[in-house]
Amino acid sequence: MVNLKIDGKTIQVEDGITILQAAEQQEIKIPTLCYHPLMEPYAACRVCVVESISGKGSELVTSCNTLVKNGMEIQTASDKALFARRMNVEMLLAQAPAAVPVQELAKELGIEKTRFKIKDPDEKCILCGMCVRACEDIVGASAISFLQRGQHREVCTPFGEQSEACIGCTACAFFCPTGAITVEDLHGRKVIHSELDLGPSTAIRVPIRQAVPMVPFIDEEACIHFKTGECKICSDVCQKEAIDHEAQDEEIELEVGSIILASGFKSFDPSLIPAYGYGRLDNVITALEFERLVNASSPTGGKILLSNGEEPKSVGIIHCVGSRDENYNEYCSRVCCMYSLKFAHLLKEKTSADIYDFYIDMRCFGKGYEEFYHRLLHEGTKFIRGRVSEVSDMALSKEEEGKLIIRVEDTLIGVVRRIPVDMVILATGLEPGTDSNQIAKVFNISCSQDGFFLERHPKLAPVSTFSDGIFLAGTCQSPKDIPDTVAQAGAAACEALALADKGKFDLEPITAEIDEELCAGCQICVGLCPFTAITYDKEKGISEINDALCKGCGTCVSACPSGAAQQKHFRDKQIFAEIEGIFIE
Amino acid sequence: MSTEKPKVAFYWCASCGGCEEAVIDLAEDILKVTAAVDIVFWPVAMDFKKTDVEAMEDGSIAVSFINGAVRNSEQEEMVNLLRRKSGLVVAFGSCSHLGGIPGLANFWNRKTIFNSSYHTSPSTDNPEGTIPQEKHIMEDGKELTLPRFYDTVYTLDQVIDVDYYLPGCAPPKHLIMTAITAILEGKLPSKGAVLSPNKSLCDDCGRNDSKPEKLAIKAVKRPWEVEMDNEKCFLAQGIICMGPATRSGCEERCILGNMPCRGCFGPTDQVYDQGAKFLGAFASLLDSDDEEEIEKIVNTIVDPAGTFYRFSLPSSILRRKRMETVK
Repeated sequence: MVNLKIDGKTIQVEDGITILQAAEQQEIKIPTLCYHPLMEPYAACRVCVVESISGKGSELVTSCNTLVKNGMEIQTASDKALFARRMNVEMLLAQAPAAVPVQELAKELGIEKTRFKIKDPDEKCILCGMCVRACEDIVGASAISFLQRGQHREVCTPFGEQSEACIGCTACAFFCPTGAITVEDLHGRKVIHSELDLGPSTAIRVPIRQAVPMVPFIDEEACIHFKTGECKICSDVCQKEAIDHEAQDEEIELEVGSIILASGFKSFDPSLIPAYGYGRLDNVITALEFERLVNASSPTGGKILLSNGEEPKSVGIIHCVGSRDENYNEYCSRVCCMYSLKFAHLLKEKTSADIYDFYIDMRCFGKGYEEFYHRLLHEGTKFIRGRVSEVSDMALSKEEEGKLIIRVEDTLIGVVRRIPVDMVILATGLEPGTDSNQIAKVFNISCSQDGFFLERHPKLAPVSTFSDGIFLAGTCQSPKDIPDTVAQAGAAACEALALADKGKFDLEPITAEIDEELCAGCQICVGLCPFTAITYDKEKGISEINDALCKGCGTCVSACPSGAAQQKHFRDKQIFAEIEGIFIE
Repeated sequence: MSTEKPKVAFYWCASCGGCEEAVIDLAEDILKVTAAVDIVFWPVAMDFKKTDVEAMEDGSIAVSFINGAVRNSEQEEMVNLLRRKSGLVVAFGSCSHLGGIPGLANFWNRKTIFNSSYHTSPSTDNPEGTIPQEKHIMEDGKELTLPRFYDTVYTLDQVIDVDYYLPGCAPPKHLIMTAITAILEGKLPSKGAVLSPNKSLCDDCGRNDSKPEKLAIKAVKRPWEVEMDNEKCFLAQGIICMGPATRSGCEERCILGNMPCRGCFGPTDQVYDQGAKFLGAFASLLDSDDEEEIEKIVNTIVDPAGTFYRFSLPSSILRRKRMETVK
C-alpha cells in the first residue's frame, strides 16, 4: 500500500495505480481528454496535469500516467496546476476550435477565447492519437497513423486513400474524445446483422433474448480478435474472467439409454413465392419478423412501424404462405391461423390500423381458440376468404398510390378484389429442419413424405420411432403449437424415463439373420441396412446382424445374393408355399 | 474287361462339347479313372450304339455323367434310357444343371427359332423355304426320321430324376476328380447336392477386400468400355459381376483372367432363382433416389435377361418366355 496526500487529504491506496485513479477513488475530478480506462495512458492532451509537491519544491506531472509513490503530495487544482491546464486547453482550443469537449473544458476553466492563432475553425482533432493507438494496439489493423510532423501533423490513412487494412470496426471513432472521427458510410462494409435483430449487433452477444442458458457467445466471423489477433477488450472488461478466446469446439461422447430428438423446424422462406414480393417490396415482412418488431425489446421498442418510421394505417395478414399449397408444402402448418389472429389482436391493441386477414379456412382447433377467433371478429378485423394471388406496388388509382396492393379472390362474394395496405405480414408455414435428413440418418429413423421425422405409429406410438430408445418431441415430428409440443415432450420424457428405468427392452421377433456358414462377405447388405444393424467382420469375413438394432425390414434379405440373409418367419420357402397356395384352384 | 469295375457312361445333349473337353482335360488323370472304372458308353470318344445300352441290365451302370440341356425328343429318349440303366445320374455342367447357354432359347420357341435359322438369318440360302421335317419318305420308299425339336429347353432334372450336379461351364478338373473319387469311395453327400462349396464366389475372391464400404453404381459398364483395374472389385468399377450370387468352387477362373463372373456355377442352395436374386442385390446398389435417374442407369445394362439369366433361365422361376399364340 502507498500513503499519499491529495488536495490535503491523506489517503492510502494500492500500489501500482496512477494519480488519476487514486483521485477518482476519492471522487476528486481531474479533467481528461485522451484518457480511456481500456487504453494505456499516453498523456497526449496534458489536460490532466496536476502539481506534485516534494520537500524542496514542486513539479507538474500528468496524472493519467504517473504512478503513486509513498509520501507523495498532490494538488489537483492549485494555482500552478490550473495555470498549466488553462494554457494547455487554450492551445487545444486553437488547434481544434470546433471540438465540443474542448469548448466545454475551456468554459469550465474560464477561458473565453484562445489567444493563439486558429488554423482551421472547423477542426475537431486534437491530435491526441487515441484513434491511432486504438487501431494499432486494440484492433491490430494499423489502418491509420499520423502523417507529417509539427504544425502539419494530421491523422490519416496511408497517402490519404481508402485503406485496405481498415476492417470497418469503427473503434477509432469510438475512442476519439472530440468527435473528430465520424463513421459516415458503412455501406459495402461488413455490418454485422443477427438475422432477426433488425439491425447491427455486436460480435459478442446473447443469441436471442430467450436463450437458455443465457450466456453470450463470440461470433468468430465478426470478432476483431479472430481477424487481427488483437482487441480482446471483452476479456479486459469481464471481471469474472469468463472469456477465453482460445476455447475450441469440443465433441463430447455420452453413453445414454434413450434419446429424445427435439430438433425443431425451419420457417418457410417466402422469397420462394415471388408474387408476394418478400425481399423485393418494403414492408412485406414474415411472421417472425413481425414477432420481433412487436417485441418490447425490439429496435423500435415494440412499436409497429413501417420502414419509413411511420405507423401503418392498414395491414394485411396473408395465411398459408408455403402451406396447403401443392407448389410448396401440401400439409397444413397448424400454427399460422392462431398466430395470425394473435398478430391481428396485437395490431388492434397497438395501432389504429385497419386489419385484413386473408385465409383459406380458419383452423381454430385448440382449447379456447374458437373463442379467440370470435373475439377478433368482434374487434373488427376484416376476414377475407381466399388465397392471395399477388402483392404489388403497382397503383391503378389514387388511393392505391404508395401502398402495397393485395390482389385476392374473395370467394364469399365471388369477386377479385384489390386491397391497398401499408404493411403485409406473411404467415409463413413450418418446414422440416434443413439438416433433418442428416439427423434421421444419424439416428436411423425415417422421415415421412413431407420430411418430418416419422413416428412409429400415428395413433398408438406418436412419440416413438422405429429405432428403440429414440423418441420425438415437438415440430421435428410435425408442425404443432406450443400446447401440443409441451404435451408431446412430456410424453417423450416419460417414455425415455420408463425405458431407462426398466433397463431392458423387448426385441422385435421378426428380424433378419445371416447364416455364418453361407455368408461370403460380399457386404452388399451392409450399406443397405436402414438401421445400420449390419457390420462386416473382417476377421471372419462375414457380415453380422445386431439383433437389438434390426427391425426386420427385410431389405438385406431381398438384396443378399447368396441367400445367406433370411428373414425369420418369412423365409423364401414359406413365401413360395404361400404363392403356391394362392394359385391352387 | 473285368466285371468288378464299376461301369460309367458319358452322354451329351444340347451342349457345345466343352464338357466333353473337360473330361479330356483331366489329361493323365483320365488313366486313373479308366483304371478304376469301365467306360461303357461315350458317343464322343468311343464306338457304342444305343442298342448296346438297351441290352444292359437296368441299373447296371454305376453312374452316368450327362451334359447338355434337353431340347429334342432324341435327347429325352436317351436320358430316360440312361436313367433306367444307371444307379446314379450326375448332371454334368451348366447346361444340364441349369439350362445353360442353350437355355436362353427359352426367350423364343421352335417357330421363331426355325424362322430365324432357316429363313431370315443373313447367311441362309434356302430358296425353297425348307425346314427340318420329322419324317420324310424317300423316292425308294425308305423312311427317314429326325427327332422332334421342342419349343422349350429343359434342364436335366426337369426330364429325369438327377442324383447330383457338377456345376460349371465347363466343370473344372478338380471338381470332376473330387466327384469321381467320392463316387468310387462311396463318400457321397445327400441326394440332390451340387458338388461344389455352398458359398458365393465373393468368399474366395481375392478382390473382396477392395470393395468399398458401400458399393454405389452410377453407370453400368461393359468390360470393353473401361480400362479394368485387375485388383479392384468389378462391381466397384461399375461392371456387372455375378460373383455375389454365384456358387464358388470354380477357383475364380474368370476373375483371375480379369473378367467378371458370369454365373455359370448357378446359385447357392438357399436361392431359388439366381437371376432374380442378383437383380435384387444389384438394384440395391444403384446410386440414386430419383426414379428418372435410376431408369437412366438401368438403361445402361445391355441385355439384362441374358446377363442375369445367362446360364439359369430354364431352371429359374421364369422358366421361359410366355409362349406366343401361333398366328
